[in-house]
Amino acid sequence: MTGARTLFDKLWDAHVILTREDGESLLWVDRHFVHEGSHHAFRTLDQRGATVAEPALTFGVADHYVPTRGRPVIADPEIAGMVARLSDNAARHGFRLFGLDDPGQGIVHVVGPEQGLTLPGLLIVCGDSHTSTHGAFGAYAFGIGASEVAHVLMTQTLWQRKPKRMRITVDGQLGAHVGAKDLALHVIAAIGADGARGHAVEYQGAAIRALSMEGRLTLCNMSIEAGARCAMVAPDETTFAYLHGRPLAPAGEVFERAVAEWRGLASDPDAVFDRDVRLDAAAVAPTVTWGTSPEEALPVTGTAPSPQAGDPARAATVAAALDYMGLTPGMRLDAITVDRVFIGSCTNGRLDDLRAAAAVLKGRRAVVPGLVAPGSLAVKRAAEAEGLDRIFIEAGLTWADPGCSMCVGMNGDIVPAGERCASTTNRNFRGRQGPGSRTHLMSPAMVAAAAVTGRLTDVRRLTEPDREA
Amino acid sequence: MQPFTRLEARACPLGLANVDTDQLIPARFMSRPRSAGYGNFLLHDLRFGPDGTPVPGFVLDDPHRAGARILVARRNFGTGSSREAAVYALVDYGIGCVIAPSFGDIFASNAVKNGLLPATVTEDDAEGLLAAVEAAPECVVLVDLAAQSIAVGDHAIAFAIDPVRRLQLLNGWDDIDLAQRHAAEIAAFARTRRTEAPWIVPGHAG
Repeated sequence: MTGARTLFDKLWDAHVILTREDGESLLWVDRHFVHEGSHHAFRTLDQRGATVAEPALTFGVADHYVPTRGRPVIADPEIAGMVARLSDNAARHGFRLFGLDDPGQGIVHVVGPEQGLTLPGLLIVCGDSHTSTHGAFGAYAFGIGASEVAHVLMTQTLWQRKPKRMRITVDGQLGAHVGAKDLALHVIAAIGADGARGHAVEYQGAAIRALSMEGRLTLCNMSIEAGARCAMVAPDETTFAYLHGRPLAPAGEVFERAVAEWRGLASDPDAVFDRDVRLDAAAVAPTVTWGTSPEEALPVTGTAPSPQAGDPARAATVAAALDYMGLTPGMRLDAITVDRVFIGSCTNGRLDDLRAAAAVLKGRRAVVPGLVAPGSLAVKRAAEAEGLDRIFIEAGLTWADPGCSMCVGMNGDIVPAGERCASTTNRNFRGRQGPGSRTHLMSPAMVAAAAVTGRLTDVRRLTEPDREA
Repeated sequence: MQPFTRLEARACPLGLANVDTDQLIPARFMSRPRSAGYGNFLLHDLRFGPDGTPVPGFVLDDPHRAGARILVARRNFGTGSSREAAVYALVDYGIGCVIAPSFGDIFASNAVKNGLLPATVTEDDAEGLLAAVEAAPECVVLVDLAAQSIAVGDHAIAFAIDPVRRLQLLNGWDDIDLAQRHAAEIAAFARTRRTEAPWIVPGHAG
């Protein structure tokens, strides 16, 4: 391979076993995460009488169906069955499981990074679309379907066609109380829910370099909502400092050797991208979704759109979203009242996210009920050591055990039909948080602000009392 | 997998953009084994009200569209969750082809692996097709994968599909079988990878 290469080119080249004449490549997989939803794939293995090819590179995590309260007993037999099936498959095929009884349990996209399983340069897959999260470390990470999960389990490889390369450069600096979630929603609103379809996205620019690992994870996590195949940030000192000393990360000389290699992953200065998008961080406001797609996002200072604008097909979509969400065109977004709040998920269930929410909630009372589900048991322990749990409980919110919880509505935590939830999750789809639920996506600080006012609220008005409305 | 060549059937117009996989099958049905059949869960919450009664006039239950095997939608069909159950729901219902201006990447991949054709058309052709099948519910649409064409009456349009996916569908190829033919190359690559990047094995210390 000659010439300047992007980060993605380097990741791709390092994993190609062979490329067929038709352009399809067989790629080596370094890390495969499975969760309770992988039962379809394990059934395929059983039908073929096959075993897991690389159990040492396969990790199970119980997250989608696990209850967040009343553990370890699982009352619902269907949920108990899903969790038990994953344990059975882990035992039978001999791979490490972060199950309910493991101190490392949590959401797969939180557990991988914090255990040191997610490393720069790796090809990482999981039967979950938000696997793009792990690209925050400079890894090639993407979600796959059940047939592909079975393929990886049996062969530790995948057939892929090389996606195009897209660079999203974010210059400047994010404002006070504006974070990675606001930036992610801003990007999706700017380019559309299919704006990055077919592309491997690399984020560059001063605002990206300034993000913590948690912020980069949030941004790469949400990139699938812009249709990206995967997203990534080149590894740097922030990445290496985060990884140092993680339980399953390389250590000692191997770590030093790995870091030396990882430094070479960054895109070459003259590398060419198929598409370039440039955004200004200073233009990003605290952002909320008003509709039923993550692209239907606006600054919280804005108003609900009118279906009259734009072409007829678009107008029908806007009208349907407003109707489902129970909103009227032109209404102020900060006039929308909420019935409950949720803080958690693979997007915003990390310690930094809980700190941001707690900073707003400290000394205040929530006027609506709400659930706080940390992203992992490690996050939970760390939050409790800092007293964050007390802040949430004293504000009137429920402090729960980790899992996907109210994000995906599979474990019993749901938003009742017709109710409106301010949520740190990643999808405001119809019924995503439960049949008939209405979800407004926003950052943890913005959810905390909504909790104390009972309506969508610009968090800056709480933190900067003199700020103009 | 059964090969896909031509499909001639009635079509359902679903005039929505960004139809996500949560709509195609709500999460609460996904713990069931596939053998139970996923067809009744297709678009469940658009198709049935909270009390389980059918939503009047919903296109899937229009008697004029009985036996429909083709779905026409707007851009970004199958966005969202990677759940292959969304494809199971379509296939088990009887859908063999979805026509839209664009598809979620993971959805399109899942579709092909289950013999379901994701046919990409231009925005204008999608609008034209939606209008045509809206106006004539009992008309038959012909999808020809070899020719990459869709015909309604005298009107024909072209559709796009990744050439490898096209071949997979036409031949009914199984990805796992194709990979296993390269077992020796995979084993050699695995050895080299472990030598050059020993840290891929977790907990490696020097």
